[in-house]
Amino acid sequence: MATRGPISRALEREDTLAFWLLAPTLLILTLFIAYPFVRGVWLSLSNSTVGEPGHFIGLANFYKIFSDSIFRTAAYNTFVYTAITTVFKLALGLWLALLLNRHFRGKSWVRAFILLPFIIPTVLSTLAWKWMFDPTFSVFNWLFWKLHIINSRINWLGDPELAMGSIMMVNVWRGVPFYAISLLAGLQTINPDLHEAAAIDGANRFQRFWYVTWPLLLPVTMVVVLFSVIQTFADFQLVYVLTGGGPANATHLFATYAYQIGIGTGLLSEGAAISLAMFPALLLVVVFQLWYIRKVENR
Amino acid sequence: MIEGARWRKWLWFYLPLGAFILALLFPFYWMVVTTVRPDGELYRPWNHPLYSPFWTSNPTFEHVKDLLQETLFNTWMLNTMFIALVATLISLFCGVIAGYALARLTFRWAGVLGTAIFVTYLVPQTLLFIPLAEIIRDYRIGDTPWALILTYPTFLIPFCTWLMMGYFKAIPRELEECARIDGAARWQAMVYIIFPIAVPGILSAGIFAFTLSWNEFIYALVFLSSPEQKTVPVGVTSELIRGDVFFWGSLMAGALIGSIPVAIVYSFFVEHYVAGMTGSVKG
Amino acid sequence: MAQVKLTNLNKKFDGTHAVKDVNLEIRDREFVVLVGPSGCGKTTTLRMVAGLEEISSGDISIDGKVVNNLAPMDRDIAMVFQNYALYPHMTVYDNMAFGLRMRKFERPEIDRRVTHAADVLGIQPLLERRPRQLSGGQRQRVALGRAIVRNPRVFLFDEPLSNLDAALRVQMRVELKRLHERLETTAIYVTHDQVEAMTLGDRVVVMKDGTVQQVGGPLELYDRPANRFVAGFIGSPAMNFIGATLAEANGSLWAEAQGLRVRVPPQKAERLRRHAGQRVVMGLRPETLRPATAADSDYAFDATIDVVEPLGSEILLDVRVGDSPVVARVDPGLRFSARERVRLAFDPARVHFFDATSEAAI
Repeated sequence: MATRGPISRALEREDTLAFWLLAPTLLILTLFIAYPFVRGVWLSLSNSTVGEPGHFIGLANFYKIFSDSIFRTAAYNTFVYTAITTVFKLALGLWLALLLNRHFRGKSWVRAFILLPFIIPTVLSTLAWKWMFDPTFSVFNWLFWKLHIINSRINWLGDPELAMGSIMMVNVWRGVPFYAISLLAGLQTINPDLHEAAAIDGANRFQRFWYVTWPLLLPVTMVVVLFSVIQTFADFQLVYVLTGGGPANATHLFATYAYQIGIGTGLLSEGAAISLAMFPALLLVVVFQLWYIRKVENR
Repeated sequence: MIEGARWRKWLWFYLPLGAFILALLFPFYWMVVTTVRPDGELYRPWNHPLYSPFWTSNPTFEHVKDLLQETLFNTWMLNTMFIALVATLISLFCGVIAGYALARLTFRWAGVLGTAIFVTYLVPQTLLFIPLAEIIRDYRIGDTPWALILTYPTFLIPFCTWLMMGYFKAIPRELEECARIDGAARWQAMVYIIFPIAVPGILSAGIFAFTLSWNEFIYALVFLSSPEQKTVPVGVTSELIRGDVFFWGSLMAGALIGSIPVAIVYSFFVEHYVAGMTGSVKG
Repeated sequence: MAQVKLTNLNKKFDGTHAVKDVNLEIRDREFVVLVGPSGCGKTTTLRMVAGLEEISSGDISIDGKVVNNLAPMDRDIAMVFQNYALYPHMTVYDNMAFGLRMRKFERPEIDRRVTHAADVLGIQPLLERRPRQLSGGQRQRVALGRAIVRNPRVFLFDEPLSNLDAALRVQMRVELKRLHERLETTAIYVTHDQVEAMTLGDRVVVMKDGTVQQVGGPLELYDRPANRFVAGFIGSPAMNFIGATLAEANGSLWAEAQGLRVRVPPQKAERLRRHAGQRVVMGLRPETLRPATAADSDYAFDATIDVVEPLGSEILLDVRVGDSPVVARVDPGLRFSARERVRLAFDPARVHFFDATSEAAI
């Protein structure tokens, strides 16, 4: 019989082995997720500033931020930003996925290049957009001017009415490839026989999509949407680079405003409170997602 | 009817696909053109008669030279590379073994831990960056690469774990059962049989983790302060903009060159990357 | 070489009792087959012997030593899986050497053993290939080779032939038998295929719902099934069952059912007399039925032919006796047609009776 060391033998027990395999992960997640979360809750209930520990002041920070009109604008912006961009990303992403799901020459190249907006570091590609939106040198202005659509400049990021729309455009640009490629992967798992069967049953192109493709694609779509909603809701980089929350604080999101208050002005507690204000909405999405995954798995 | 079909295919297929490609790739083209455009051309207003957006008659590498010689860009590249590599290795190690445990072993808290790790996967960095900044300061690792190397795994490990769980579940159980009967201890079956088979999955997770680390912004922005410690995304956005003055030539050069490592890794492993991305979505 | 003993073996998964009080003693060098329908607990029993499944209660001992808490690696057994479980990233050679390497054998010894096993199985030319480059039969051989290189005390087989096509299965069955005769290693073999069980097993263990129904040699199971389940499971086409009532008349015992009245053969009547007036189940194997002659009067019944299945070597007659469907396997020289009335006789020495409620043989 083979001889083994006591460690091998101890690790034959499933729970012992599982414990040691999970220990590094749990250690890191406890130190840098769970503990910060607790710390964040405490911060938001105290009046700490940079270098000042502070003491417990209850919900005062939350009362304060909820009566702050910039915070309310930021909250409103975040919801609108998430809702509108998600609709566009889903619609355009699905369209692109359907286009890519057909056979054509150079398909793998197209697919590879199309993902670039998603993989290139966001702030770096956003800088290119900022340059394209520059009030004086904007290529869009030149284009629209040449096409005789405008006579005077469009101030893409400087006009409070327009700035949010410009930011959304960049978000959609960055998000569409992710939606398209994920949905494409979902589309490819659908057996083409089903389409042929539906076609033989007399369904037209639209009916085939609506009654065959869409229901089968729905689980993947839901996961993609929920995942992207969380990312969008907590977005920071686009606004930080494009407008920094301006003009006149018109384009803040939760995250950028939290950064401005917590890090920019050093009011840590208020900043933490603004960050945590995202939590209920995020929790709702996560719980829904867990419920949905379980439902799909049990089907 | 055949003629009509061709016309229709152009309208419904090539035209929209072309528009998508144009819209998605134009900003990168714009980066390239700006990088090689001399300053004199660069700062012509949009309604200037000589505004020539899509090409430049006398390309220059002045901006690239400025970027590499006058700024800390090289240092940022090295910093980012180091941080991304170490964070990726740590996360792969943790994620692979944790994924194995959750996919293959039965133990009391398996379900709860699996859900907990999935939930942390969904926690955005912007939720906790303020308390984390405090903690980083307490641990005295602020303004060092370790601030990022230790915090990046918080979003990389859950991702790697989740992806690897899917991979491990697809490997037949009999393989390791057979190995154990063949005389391997559980851990040996894991290391000698399961891990080698999961190499494509580990590659996908690694590539994805590397690009995520390279792209990360807010932690790097908050936890690092000295210019020589910064990563590419933070360095380019903060150090190349002085006050209100944007040096667009070197900014675009920085954005372009700063993207190259990710683009290279991506181009070598497109299939793995796509597998990682779609795998993470399918869960 | 080893004996394996299972004592009051039980396995409970949450909610289900998969293996119930199994007692079994497997002798040295014996080839024992566990057979039964899916979900009967045969595979779970095998996996407990392998150490892959924890034992809920009871003991497993190998050579008199209880191995309940021994890890699979320490049990010195080998197992062949249904899907072969070949390591896809290793060559055939490395697949076979893996177990020896884990046990820290010297290189030359590994080489010698792998080469020898490859010789025995005729797979030397495949040693450098990867599993995915092999056909089903070749994979099967590699899986066997991996098991035999180690000279384990016990071989375990988990439905090893069920992924092969029919022709190959028959061929591999013969090879397995030859291999066992050559190696003489104790073997436990799980299958749902009664033909495999009958051809391979020195003894066959029939299981159902987690309990052992009967243990015995193949012919013993065929000739003297302990209960209605074993009777129906062993043999193809399956035994016919006809519900009947026992009645005394003219000094002998008769089995009566709708459309049928046959005499209970005297050698059985002794034991069956206690059941007079009760419901029983009469079992007739299709191969014991034949067209009746005048001499068969007490051991024959009338039937209507539903379907005639001429198979060449034999004819299967699907007939109806009263309400009961009955299959008869008759001489291919005879001619029958559907809806024809036919009188069938049976061999009185080979009729079986089972208790209608307990289903035990009587």
